[in-house]
Amino acid sequence: MSHADGRIALRVEDLRVHFHTERGPVRAVEGVGFELYAGERLGLVGESGSGKTTTAMALMRLIRTPGRIESGRVQLGDLELLSLSDEQMRQARFARISLIPQGVMNSLNPVMRVGAQIIDTIQAHQEGLTREQLQERVHELLGFVELDPSTAQMYPHELSGGMKQRVGMAISVALRPQVIIADEPTSALDVVVQKRVMDTLFRVQKDLDAAVILVGHDMGLMAQCVDRLGVMYAGRLVEIGPIQQLLEEPQHPYTRLLVSSLPSLERKGVFRGIPGITPSLLDPPPGCPFHPRCPEAIDGCSTQVPELLTVVAGSEKDDTRLQQLAACHLHTGVDA
Amino acid sequence: MTAPLLEARQVRREFGGGLFERQRLVAVSGASLLLSQDRPVVIAIAGESGSGKTTLARLLLGMVPPTSGSILYEGTDLNDLDRQQRRVFRRQVQAVFQDPFGVFNPFYRVDHTLTMPVAKFFPELSRAQRLERIEEGLRAVGLRAEETLGRYPHELSGGQRQRIMVTRALLLDPKVIVADEPVSMVDASLRATILESLFRIHQERKISLVYITHDLTTAYQLSHTILIMYRGDVVEVGDVDQVIKAPKHPYTQLLVRSIPLADTKRRWGEETDPGGDQGEAETPASTQSVEKPADGRTGAVGCPFADRCPQVMARCRQSNPPLVLTDPDRAAACHLYDDAPPLSERQIGELSYGGLQHA
Repeated sequence: MSHADGRIALRVEDLRVHFHTERGPVRAVEGVGFELYAGERLGLVGESGSGKTTTAMALMRLIRTPGRIESGRVQLGDLELLSLSDEQMRQARFARISLIPQGVMNSLNPVMRVGAQIIDTIQAHQEGLTREQLQERVHELLGFVELDPSTAQMYPHELSGGMKQRVGMAISVALRPQVIIADEPTSALDVVVQKRVMDTLFRVQKDLDAAVILVGHDMGLMAQCVDRLGVMYAGRLVEIGPIQQLLEEPQHPYTRLLVSSLPSLERKGVFRGIPGITPSLLDPPPGCPFHPRCPEAIDGCSTQVPELLTVVAGSEKDDTRLQQLAACHLHTGVDA
Repeated sequence: MTAPLLEARQVRREFGGGLFERQRLVAVSGASLLLSQDRPVVIAIAGESGSGKTTLARLLLGMVPPTSGSILYEGTDLNDLDRQQRRVFRRQVQAVFQDPFGVFNPFYRVDHTLTMPVAKFFPELSRAQRLERIEEGLRAVGLRAEETLGRYPHELSGGQRQRIMVTRALLLDPKVIVADEPVSMVDASLRATILESLFRIHQERKISLVYITHDLTTAYQLSHTILIMYRGDVVEVGDVDQVIKAPKHPYTQLLVRSIPLADTKRRWGEETDPGGDQGEAETPASTQSVEKPADGRTGAVGCPFADRCPQVMARCRQSNPPLVLTDPDRAAACHLYDDAPPLSERQIGELSYGGLQHA
């Protein structure tokens, strides 16, 4: 796996994103906080509507109206992203923190050659580069994502899905960011191509010595790719911890059900779904958002929102990388 | 022995190739599959996008006619069914599609989807009997009538909608349900629920399932036998345990290695495609072979997998290997097994259904 040292690359505190609709505020992200270490791969999983993509977009400050970042701090090295001016944030994007958006393969301009689209990104941040220098960078970047330099002369429709995904990746890492957020980077790709695209992403990560946040819903992919995993439910982070520990001994009932619902090559004809449906974020249930579906709910679950607290401590007290945190009253008890 | 319920014999389907098009695309080239009346089974058809699995499903449903070969329903070619037989076929072979969002008309309540087919196919039932039938169908997939009837599609989750589509299929007392990627657009936590209702229907109502998927783990969980397709060809077919646990065809081996398992102790296959991106950082891989889109072929000779195959031999470029019997319950189409006994189309059908009748 990757070689995370103890430095924190990104610290997110109490992030809240609400969408102000005619029917009231939709609490898409509600008090999410975590640390991302340098060189680390952190996964964020959740069902659709759990707030994982909104969290990713908020870190990039790409939330559009009616959405609004209500509160929080996003500390990236010396920058607090949420307090930057729009122009400062524009400069930080791609250069410091970069997003490979969901469906990036469909975000390419169909009437522009691939090389020109990469140059666009570079020129938006660095002026005064000569034509030759730009060409060289394009070829270097294409090689970086394992594409032939001749790809620069092609139009998007001439490329396969996996190749377009790589071009999107090349654009995202063109300015060597320290934090790469990849939102479902392989969800539209076939399994065989998926593995190769992920291999490329992690090789690029290693070369840049960057940290990666991998957003997705595929637990199998997470198990094979990340160091730590955060599980989101109804806008909240309900559990976070080292991937192996989390899969083997999940501490939140939702994670437990999620892990046991996974298909495997061990059990045949056994299906364990999670009963019930995800709550509306317009009118979330009081207390823990999972309590209506939770088989282990106790009295206080419907009244008090549980905090995300350390449940399993690692060997070193201050190192949150080794800790497993869960937001569940079963671990902390309910205040009388 | 009675005629099989549904049978595909060497079906081939091409697209394109009109007057002004130079190339024909072979979406399915000569697939055979069989479902018997006697014993309901679950058959999975797996492959990447462009492998022809959805076209095969549409052929089985009679939605597209084969270019050559035939689809038989209770021994009669679909082309030769009379009006009455066609009606029976339409009722007994049902479909569940991938997208639970696009199949509903947003202007109608979901009830419409359920009442319409019942009214059409069972006009003799009273209103109360029809409602009872619908409620029973909803219960079979784990939905409650009071939570679903009277709602509009947008008020239901993807998982609920997909289960309504399963109910719709179920209402007509089908003998076969062809489910084309029924869970790929549904959230992970709800997938198990939908697969469970499909499996329960199969067991309790003795309905055969044809489960089309790109996901080998759910195929393994649900099915008895599996067909692996690659660019229009069935490259491996047989007992699901054998095919997934000990794949014989190099393509199946690659697919199985590529499954990301939710188990940190079992690493994602270290060997990847020999297309060649294990190379050093700055050497751009030969992209043409790395990411060749797995579209249907356009009439090339040789094994369709030859360009990506780690064990490719000279003869792989010269002729496309037929399916041969590598084990008692499984066949593979690969020149590595040229010594294995050849199979008739009937025997391939029998393998798809769970072993040879007279091996």
